Amino acid sequence: MIREYFRVLNVDLATGMGDIVNLEGRDTVAGGSGLAALLFEKYGLPERPWDDPQQPLIFAIGPLTGYFPLMSKTVCAFKSPYHDQYAESHAGGRSAYSLRFADLDALVIQGKAAVPSCLSVGSRHLDLKDARYLWGLDVFQTGQRLRNMSKGTGHRSIWRIGPAGENLSAFACINVDTYRHFGRLGCGAVMGAKNLKGIVVLGDSSFPLPEGKEYAKLFKEVHEKMTTSGMMDKYHNLGTPINMAHLNGLSALPIRNLQKTTDPEIEGISGETFARDTLLRNTACSGCPVGCIHIAFVREKFMDKNQYLYRQVTYDHEPIACAGAMLHVTDPFSVLAYMDTVERCGQDIISAGIALAWATEALEKGLISTKETIVPLKFGDGAVYRQAFEHLGAASNDFYRLLGQGTMKAAEHYGGQDFACVLGQEMAGYATGEAYFVSQALGFRHSHLDTAAYGYDENNKPKEVPKVLQYYVQEEQDRVLLTSLVTCLFARGVYGDHQLTADCLNSLGYKNLAENLDAVGKRVQKMRWQLRVKTGFDPGTVKIPKRFKEIVTWRGPIDESYLDSLQKAYAQKIREMGKPEEEGSPAKN
Amino acid sequence: MKILSTPRMERCIGCHSCSFACSRLVHHRLSWDEAGIRIASSGGLTTGYEARTCLACLPAPCVAACPTGAYSQRKGGGVSVKQELCIRCGECARACPVDAIFLDSSGEPFVCIHCGRCVSFCPHDCLELTDARAEGAEGGQTKEVAQ
Repeated sequence: MIREYFRVLNVDLATGMGDIVNLEGRDTVAGGSGLAALLFEKYGLPERPWDDPQQPLIFAIGPLTGYFPLMSKTVCAFKSPYHDQYAESHAGGRSAYSLRFADLDALVIQGKAAVPSCLSVGSRHLDLKDARYLWGLDVFQTGQRLRNMSKGTGHRSIWRIGPAGENLSAFACINVDTYRHFGRLGCGAVMGAKNLKGIVVLGDSSFPLPEGKEYAKLFKEVHEKMTTSGMMDKYHNLGTPINMAHLNGLSALPIRNLQKTTDPEIEGISGETFARDTLLRNTACSGCPVGCIHIAFVREKFMDKNQYLYRQVTYDHEPIACAGAMLHVTDPFSVLAYMDTVERCGQDIISAGIALAWATEALEKGLISTKETIVPLKFGDGAVYRQAFEHLGAASNDFYRLLGQGTMKAAEHYGGQDFACVLGQEMAGYATGEAYFVSQALGFRHSHLDTAAYGYDENNKPKEVPKVLQYYVQEEQDRVLLTSLVTCLFARGVYGDHQLTADCLNSLGYKNLAENLDAVGKRVQKMRWQLRVKTGFDPGTVKIPKRFKEIVTWRGPIDESYLDSLQKAYAQKIREMGKPEEEGSPAKN
Repeated sequence: MKILSTPRMERCIGCHSCSFACSRLVHHRLSWDEAGIRIASSGGLTTGYEARTCLACLPAPCVAACPTGAYSQRKGGGVSVKQELCIRCGECARACPVDAIFLDSSGEPFVCIHCGRCVSFCPHDCLELTDARAEGAEGGQTKEVAQ
């Protein structure tokens, strides 16, 4: 519903009871990332560890969620098991619309359930159920059972964890509606620590729209921009995996634990190959006519006499790059087969892939043995990796348990830090050079989406520290505004136009917010850095491993001096942004 | 007289743009239920989507079930609804053999009026607005397509 304040449901898992809290701040933080930060300021415990039962697990949407196309994402905020600091992860699916129609701007979950449980919420519904019988089940089995147990087919969102979340792996994701994820920085383990196996959000209410024809007219205009202007072609057509061939051609694709940046064999797992040989169909997040979710099939002979089963696996650039190219598996069906395993375990496939790439090289170099890895990891061997991903998700032994806490943590114990491809967290699928490496290493989410600085490298923009710094800060600010509204970042080409965004907000009556978009972006950017620093982040301690400095891209070898200067300058800038306000928090201004 | 049909649902990506268009343009609501067309996954997201919408029955069981005359038979199939005559009894929804009528929490029915305003919002051309069959033609679903 259109409101000047935030309507938040705060659930205590220890009691199963909830409070509806009305919170001011719409004009100053918008929603999404801003609302999540505001809620963490209110409920978070910066000094206590991530798995303290009272730490909040926050899900927030924005003022435009549901009202305009591609306003379809939910921001999840939490204290991360990966680094024990404030973090965000974003997902689409039906999550955002379900929260909208549950009439909640945010859901905050605190406390720990006495036994493994499932929570369901709706506009007229709150229930915490004993779900001990689901503990141990994989993501798909859990989803199937939750579907059968709850009402509202098609108009609900089902979030659940797999064994990785139960095992408190820092790679554990929260699966959303089978094909989407709150993927990175371990929010699945936060659910695991709270004994929360699943969350069902029923989108069971509806709302009046503004009177007059202006809103419907504007909606149509935005819808047409999304579907006819061509700007969404990349995501609708081959999808993000179009980057595989492009980056490989540039010598900027991480391959074989970043030992290489280009290889002719990559054609086997290019976006074109996946589309031609494996693509079954596309699907979409609610409210998105683009439909970027690419679903492939892989069939498996499970018995003689031609007995087959088939699996449907969603793919994108990051999983293919980080779990395909980095493991040097170049057969798409082999990659899909173990991607399905990773999904079932409920792991972040980017981190899991990069972790096994490091483990493979560590095994080759004799730092570890099959005593640790259980199976003989070997670049290119998809069947072995499928078993290894299962061990990683299940935390089968001490080695996999430690590896699931982060590749660098394992490397600190076993050696091999130089070739651990970690930039704050395991690297995403871009080896474009200095601007990108520094951005991911220091960025707020340690994500390629923080500033998309691979674009800065790719466009051969000047290697001048002040210019890159300005790019980082402005890009992050623009993006944090979008994730406060909350749009899918694929629509940044449309909603990056502040006039259009202001028109959208005005059409719903958010006039003050519409007038202050730049200030909101700047404020939320600062709030998030303040929380990050308050929960322990020191940008000066971040290390960029040697492997990143050894690569060669289309621009030649990495310029170490430029990289180091950039890293120091960005760290200093983050310190400034994360400095506490002298008088009150910016959200209260 | 035009009839909305859903001949290419195997192309559906589950974006709900059709439902939202109907809700927004016909009923002036933000809803994925209060609409003449609703999209549901058929047995989970792995098996695709189905549309719940009026199949333009002729004669329409919902018309026969309506005790106040709020529902009347539309020429060529489907129904016209006079909300002011509706007593929110829900008999129309119970009579519909394909679950095409949604009742909100007050019992107000939402059914397709075959206006076609949803069609242009479907990114994959799943929907179609075609001429109704000639009067007196046999059968349930409208199949005759405008040339």
